[in-house]
Amino acid sequence: MNIFDILQWARGTGLQIAVVIFSVGVLIRLLEMWMLNRKPDLAEPRASGTLGGWRTVFTRSAPSMVLMKKAGLLLVSGYIFHLGFFIVLFFFAPHIRLFHNMFGVSWPALPNGIIEIITILSIGALFALLAHRIMNPVQRFLSTFQDYFVWLASLLPLLTGYLLLHTSDFSYSQMLTAHLLSVELLLVIFPFTKLMHAFTTFFSRWYTGAMAARKGVTV
Amino acid sequence: MSTSLQQGLAAMIDKIDAPIASFFNSCVHCGMCADACLFYTETGDPKYTPIHKLEPLRKVWYREFTLEGRLLKMFGLAKAPTDAELVEWETLIYDSCTLCGRCSMVCPVGNDIVYMVRKVREGMVASGHAPAGLKEATVRSIEIGSPMGVTADTLRAQIKHAAKDTGLDIPLDKAGVDYLLLMSSAEIMQFPEFMGAAAQIFHQAGVSWTLSSTAYEATNSGMQIGSSELAAVLVKRIVDAAEKLKVKTVISPECGHAYTALRWEGPNLVGRPFTFKVKHILEVLDELRAEGKLRTEGLETERMTFHDPCQLVRRGGVHDQPRNLLRMVAPDYVEMEDAGNMNWCCGGGGGVSANERAEPLRIKVFSRKKKQLDKIGVSAMVTACSNCRNMLEEGLEHNHMDIKVLSLTELIAEHLAK
Repeated sequence: MNIFDILQWARGTGLQIAVVIFSVGVLIRLLEMWMLNRKPDLAEPRASGTLGGWRTVFTRSAPSMVLMKKAGLLLVSGYIFHLGFFIVLFFFAPHIRLFHNMFGVSWPALPNGIIEIITILSIGALFALLAHRIMNPVQRFLSTFQDYFVWLASLLPLLTGYLLLHTSDFSYSQMLTAHLLSVELLLVIFPFTKLMHAFTTFFSRWYTGAMAARKGVTV
Repeated sequence: MSTSLQQGLAAMIDKIDAPIASFFNSCVHCGMCADACLFYTETGDPKYTPIHKLEPLRKVWYREFTLEGRLLKMFGLAKAPTDAELVEWETLIYDSCTLCGRCSMVCPVGNDIVYMVRKVREGMVASGHAPAGLKEATVRSIEIGSPMGVTADTLRAQIKHAAKDTGLDIPLDKAGVDYLLLMSSAEIMQFPEFMGAAAQIFHQAGVSWTLSSTAYEATNSGMQIGSSELAAVLVKRIVDAAEKLKVKTVISPECGHAYTALRWEGPNLVGRPFTFKVKHILEVLDELRAEGKLRTEGLETERMTFHDPCQLVRRGGVHDQPRNLLRMVAPDYVEMEDAGNMNWCCGGGGGVSANERAEPLRIKVFSRKKKQLDKIGVSAMVTACSNCRNMLEEGLEHNHMDIKVLSLTELIAEHLAK
């Protein structure tokens, strides 16, 4: 088996397996959550919980001024990484072509130069987040193997993607294979790790916002 | 595995619902909740990070409610919390959490962390890992009717005193009135002026009200210790009295958790909506103010501030009413930093004040309130929770701070227009 066989597998079967594990895994995780009992709240509400829930889904994305003073680096790096990862994933021309091949829809891409800058910023932000995790006593105390593993799994697609932009023809196949495999790793571990927060945070915010809104409190 | 541990884990399994599953799925270990918790900010010890206090519950969720957790459990790889772990977590759950809910306000993924602390206490109490002080208070509440052992006879004696002091009739067990006023033990025993103050205000407003000889105690140790079963027994006493007396509204007194227990948890604990309204005394006073039935005269000349009881404001939604009322008599009162929904706890909420073991830590973390007060230089602090009052007075005394702690209801009563 040479590098082209591996690339062929990573482009085809490998990607398909990863997408299926990701999709079915996420669905199972969400169903596990939704199927749990939730008794109706019998206390007379002050305001609509539904509206309050939606409000918190959006407002909790805004930076907390209370925390900005305490954890500025963490907050700024967090924003750069999340926005950067999202932009690179959805607005890089080759990614859009892939989505078009898979789902038949496409949208305008950002110029490669901008994508490159955003990629560098995102990688920098990830290292800042790692430094914070290691140096901050609370984060170091809370961190488990999974936190560091997920950090690495989030870094690899960005790093290999960046290197791919600067790779000569000679090692292009190797780097593309590494990029595809790193993405597949991220997809496979996604449903079974804290990466799930990309979906569940919206439910968490909704539940919290709704429970508080019924009491007349804006959170 | 011991029977009590099994019962504890079963109680946790029973309490895990969709929000809790969502919260555990969402936590990214960012640690921001630590900066919102006064037990962390005042000690600098990472073990007080709010989300860490929920580790036993997280283990139960992972093992019982996730696909891979269940698979790992089959091979003995996903371990349940042990008795030794619960012993270790008892102090984190009961001594270093006042259920103040400040952490729930800042979590970037939106986790209501204190909602989970309340639920994990169900498992702790079922497994026998609750603090002795809180257990004793709960037993007294169930057997005698009050966590401080106040009986109906004590109440009758205090009614006589209040009637004599105010020259007003203090109705007991009067049916068909608008309001049934509950009291906290602290108000009956330590702050007896509260009863007279309420009587004077209701007299001026011309509203009908009563006390009850079977449901005088508003506080709920069952909720604080984390036993829904016992909390329901205590709520049921109030529901029975309110329905027997056919009152329109039950008034929760100046106590934070009593309001949460009756207003927000009450109907869910007894399993049906109430046939009467539940209002905090400040909500009632603010309604009377808006209707022009509460009239005051004279203004305070002292520099004052307002301490927000957590269960009343952040977790209860009674935010504007105390401010409307305080402005009637102290228009120039000053707000402390982080006032309102982000105010800091007195340190003794959520049953911590009934837990003697927690006292040194509670006194230590009062430094947060001290910092807030030092910045504004007031000579009086008004609040609306008798537990906060006790805790604030102790903290101020310990720090040699010369600041009076006042009840808002009593302050309003002192200024009633003649």
